[in-house]
Amino acid sequence: MSCSLSPEQAAEALDAHVREIVSWHFSPETGCPYWLERATSLGFDPMTEVTRFADILKFPHFDDEVLRKEDPARFIPNAFAGRPYNVFETGGTTGMPKQRIGWEDYKTDYTEFSEHYGPDFFPQGANWLMVGPTGPRRLRLAIEHLANIRGGACYFIDLDPRWVKRLIGMGEMRMAKAYQEHVIDQAATIIRHRDIGCLFTTPKLLESLAERMSLADAGIRGVFAGGTTMTPQYVRFIEEEVLEGKINFAPTYGNTLMGLAISKKRGPGEYSLTYHAPQPRAVLRIVDPENTEKVMDYGDYGRVELTTLTKEFFMPRFLERDEAIRREPCDEFPWDGVGDVRPFQSGTKTVIEGVY
Amino acid sequence: MNLPILRLGQTYESCDRVELDLGDGKMAVTHTANPGLIRRDLLRATEAKAALDAIPADTLASYCEQAAELFMTADLPCGDDHQSPQQYVESLSALTRLPHSLVRMNMTKIHAAMSQVRTVINGLTRNMPLEIFDRGLASAPGSSSDLALNYFPATSSLGVSLPSNAPAVNSLWIPAPVMKIPVFLKPGREDPFTPLRIVQAMIQAGFPKEAFGFYPTTHEGGDTIVTCCGRGISFGSDATVKKYADYPSVSVHGTGRSKILIGEDMIDRWPEFLDVIVQSISANGGRSCINTSAILVPSKRDELADALAAKLAEIQPLARDDENALLCGFANTALADGIDDLISAHLKEPGAEDVTAEHRDTPRKVEAFEQTYLQPTLVSCSDPEHPLANTEFMFPYASIVEIPQSEMLANIGQTLVVSAFTEDPDFIGKLLLSPDIERLNLGAFPTNRVQWEQPHEGNLFEFLYHRRAIQGNVAVA
Repeated sequence: MSCSLSPEQAAEALDAHVREIVSWHFSPETGCPYWLERATSLGFDPMTEVTRFADILKFPHFDDEVLRKEDPARFIPNAFAGRPYNVFETGGTTGMPKQRIGWEDYKTDYTEFSEHYGPDFFPQGANWLMVGPTGPRRLRLAIEHLANIRGGACYFIDLDPRWVKRLIGMGEMRMAKAYQEHVIDQAATIIRHRDIGCLFTTPKLLESLAERMSLADAGIRGVFAGGTTMTPQYVRFIEEEVLEGKINFAPTYGNTLMGLAISKKRGPGEYSLTYHAPQPRAVLRIVDPENTEKVMDYGDYGRVELTTLTKEFFMPRFLERDEAIRREPCDEFPWDGVGDVRPFQSGTKTVIEGVY
Repeated sequence: MNLPILRLGQTYESCDRVELDLGDGKMAVTHTANPGLIRRDLLRATEAKAALDAIPADTLASYCEQAAELFMTADLPCGDDHQSPQQYVESLSALTRLPHSLVRMNMTKIHAAMSQVRTVINGLTRNMPLEIFDRGLASAPGSSSDLALNYFPATSSLGVSLPSNAPAVNSLWIPAPVMKIPVFLKPGREDPFTPLRIVQAMIQAGFPKEAFGFYPTTHEGGDTIVTCCGRGISFGSDATVKKYADYPSVSVHGTGRSKILIGEDMIDRWPEFLDVIVQSISANGGRSCINTSAILVPSKRDELADALAAKLAEIQPLARDDENALLCGFANTALADGIDDLISAHLKEPGAEDVTAEHRDTPRKVEAFEQTYLQPTLVSCSDPEHPLANTEFMFPYASIVEIPQSEMLANIGQTLVVSAFTEDPDFIGKLLLSPDIERLNLGAFPTNRVQWEQPHEGNLFEFLYHRRAIQGNVAVA
């Protein structure tokens, strides 16, 4: 699906969105206690000095420890006072979890995702199965919303990534594998006994599931996956062998703090993934790790920096624990993309990633 | 040169690749297999086994003997190219920094393992006929009774995660396809050539290509091969041993800590043993787990240490193509730095002295012939508990420790090979019953001595096959 905006028009729309959102979060009538208090120590007035996206650089990097330490209620915009809200937690963190509150953002993100793929990619009316982290995660509600707006129901098999990380940290590889098999057993049972047409899962679970059965023969027509690094070889392997070239595959990059970055359409034989943030609600920049004000040249790896800009949540310049290639805007998404995402500095240190 | 994956013998080009510098502007490119791809191939392991099952084991043994000659002499497929024996020597030397002479020595060992595969398997099965792999049945060798033996395969695949430091370790898996067990191989990063050359020689000789998987891959891919095959073999350090401790299907060849023990009855003859000990320490560039890393003597430590150090110091770095070269360079100079720094740091602790240092004009670590070398090092330890007394490094390194004969066995710890220089029946009796020794050489033999019918670690046949009790009318089988 092409976007009607040119890159210049998209940039203008982003600047206008920045003005609206910053004004919302730093106005006493609509803003939240955390940002109103934080504004007094910023050293500049966001209401007057942030008029375009480039001005976001005036904010320091958002420290995600805030999301562990602060009461999530301090992020409730005054405009939303009294409205029930969801508390979401990020994926695999251990110890005190990072929390974000929300109301409708996840529905907005997943409705946009649904519209992007049209009626055939994930068959309209099909039931979904989510195999992955449910619990306090935004994803659980988001996938159900996605299934529902496409006319289907959603079944769930839970997987606790925190327990998997702990098992691996303890060197309990056999137990981690046994847990994965336990999850796959349950998923295979649901697929065999219910009419499932679409799947959301992590790539590794998808592989394991496909080792048990032909997903195409089992009636799966579309798979939506995300959560871990997918190299071009990995994407090719998933499409050709795991999905047997018969199932639509939508790889995504996202998290509780950003929402959902959709991958750009690829040509035949093209396996390198490029994700585009749900701009203007979130912006991804590929920055120089040594000088994070500077973006990398197109084609170069740099660290992923996320800015979230919705009325429910404002988070400027959060440095993700990922790195990616800065990619050019395209017809579908007239703003920068992030390519071949992988853990930050994954070439120089051991990272426990994507076992689930 | 492009080295794709072999998936049950079929070429597969991965999008993930690793470039390896062969020097003179030449490159080798290995194709990296993702772990899931390996697991999917394992789902087809029974097809690979069926291809081997269709051929009598005696024929497979003949193929292996023919493959030995091809390995040594033929131009063999190597990815999208062909490789002559000389090109193999040069390419492997460029990647591993083994001198050409040592590559050839390793080739000779591999050739012997292939050409003598019947002897090897006889040693493993204690002379059962090869028919045991066709029918599962045989009579007990040498038995006057009609006792029937029934063995069945415990797995349909053997996964091997290979190292780069010693090409001859490939000899360990070579009998498996003759025993009708397909192999899934992860080559070491710097040695994709040896396992591929053996595989191609075997295919050329007649083995079904489906019997072989060749997967350059990541550490995770290596774990997949070793733990997802019904049986797995890995090589590594104490950390590797610990990593797979919970997997009874995995056999780990860990740190060797091989030793020479000289008995009280023979220590006065120490000048006779100098050459054997130097060979034990320095053969194969000191890179093997069967190289001696400690010498235990009841007396005369200082005299023996000084004489050994003088001989070891004569081993100098030479160019890789020098036929007299014995030392290997380090492809990874950081590894050489780390080893050198560690030894130097430990030498500051009381109880150890580098006796080779007095016989050299240069430091242990030197740059020569555009490579980094660690020169042979003998450390004399007055304290058996010193951290340098019972360790091993990937170059000619050994310690020498004086300890009463009566206390030796209590102090050796887990040891891959012990060469016991003694004729004392009482001492030999204790050595034979020691649970800490994997292979015991009785007499003044080097620790790196190889007898093909005596595997130095484990028994591949017993690893791959189980014996079952069988009764009744066996004659109709």
